[in-house]
Amino acid sequence: MDAAAAKLIGAGLATLGMIGAGIGVGNIFGSFLTGALRNPSAAASQIGNLFVGAALAEALGILAFVLGILIYSA
Amino acid sequence: MADPLHQFKIEKIIDLPDVTLPGLGQVDLAITNSHVAMTVAFAAIVLFLTAVTSKAQIVPGRLQVVGEGVFGLIDNLTDSIIGHEGRKLFPFVFTIFTLILGMNFLGLMLAFTATSQIAVTATFGVLTIGLVLIIGFAKHGLGFFKLFVPSGVPWVLLPVIVLIEFASFLLRPVTLTLRLFGNMMGGHVALKVFAGFVAAAVIGQIGLLGIPVGILSIGMVTALTALEFLVAFLQAFVFAVLTCIYLNDVVNLGHGH
Repeated sequence: MDAAAAKLIGAGLATLGMIGAGIGVGNIFGSFLTGALRNPSAAASQIGNLFVGAALAEALGILAFVLGILIYSA
Repeated sequence: MADPLHQFKIEKIIDLPDVTLPGLGQVDLAITNSHVAMTVAFAAIVLFLTAVTSKAQIVPGRLQVVGEGVFGLIDNLTDSIIGHEGRKLFPFVFTIFTLILGMNFLGLMLAFTATSQIAVTATFGVLTIGLVLIIGFAKHGLGFFKLFVPSGVPWVLLPVIVLIEFASFLLRPVTLTLRLFGNMMGGHVALKVFAGFVAAAVIGQIGLLGIPVGILSIGMVTALTALEFLVAFLQAFVFAVLTCIYLNDVVNLGHGH
């Protein structure tokens, strides 16, 4: 295979790690909604935790994205 | 199609002569578009906060409400996460938050986003972790290393836990840096890709297919721009929250954990 083509495929494969981040962030917001609809009075106090959790889960997907960009532009 | 990564290129606007610094070697002092974007953000924040506080009234006007809202948001954050000692660290968190927020917002309105440069976000990450280390060692001395030894862990697991805690501590500046950088860069790449579709449709590069593609893409650009404004605020907020959490770890080391 051509090296340039292999590089592009590799960059694409590297960004697949964002699937995990998508599942994680969706899970966090879904769980938050489930809990918030059961007890709406407690929901407001957990907004901070919600965003921190989403940010932490998202960071790992961003790592994969950055890796993809690095391979693409290397 | 135009290269969606072109917007992140650093370009010199005014070229100043290089200087040689001891220990650093050649340093390029040129004023770049990144430099200009940061300076504009800085000036905008200073002007905004001056306008907010210059004619302060007991019953706030519209502008003052916005300013007090931003102030109150961060004050609430430091107070609820760090506690009593949070007041002392408020200026640092507030500075970081407003500067990142200003650069993110201006990036959506101007041509260049300073926070999509890894050098800029890495500076913020290193600054935060540097302050955490300084406070940790100044307050607790060598007791700072208790941070890596959570209480109530069975002694069999202790070596593993300490290793994991240490590795996760080392990764903190990296994730702080990459989260902000990746979010801003990813959002702007997506915007430019869809804007590129619109441009390709308008100049007739894809023929009659351009009519549905162009309409769908410009709708997508509009929606993504709205989303990017949310992300711009959220990333600045998340950076501030994580800064507070990391600072809380060393300020309140040993109690409450």
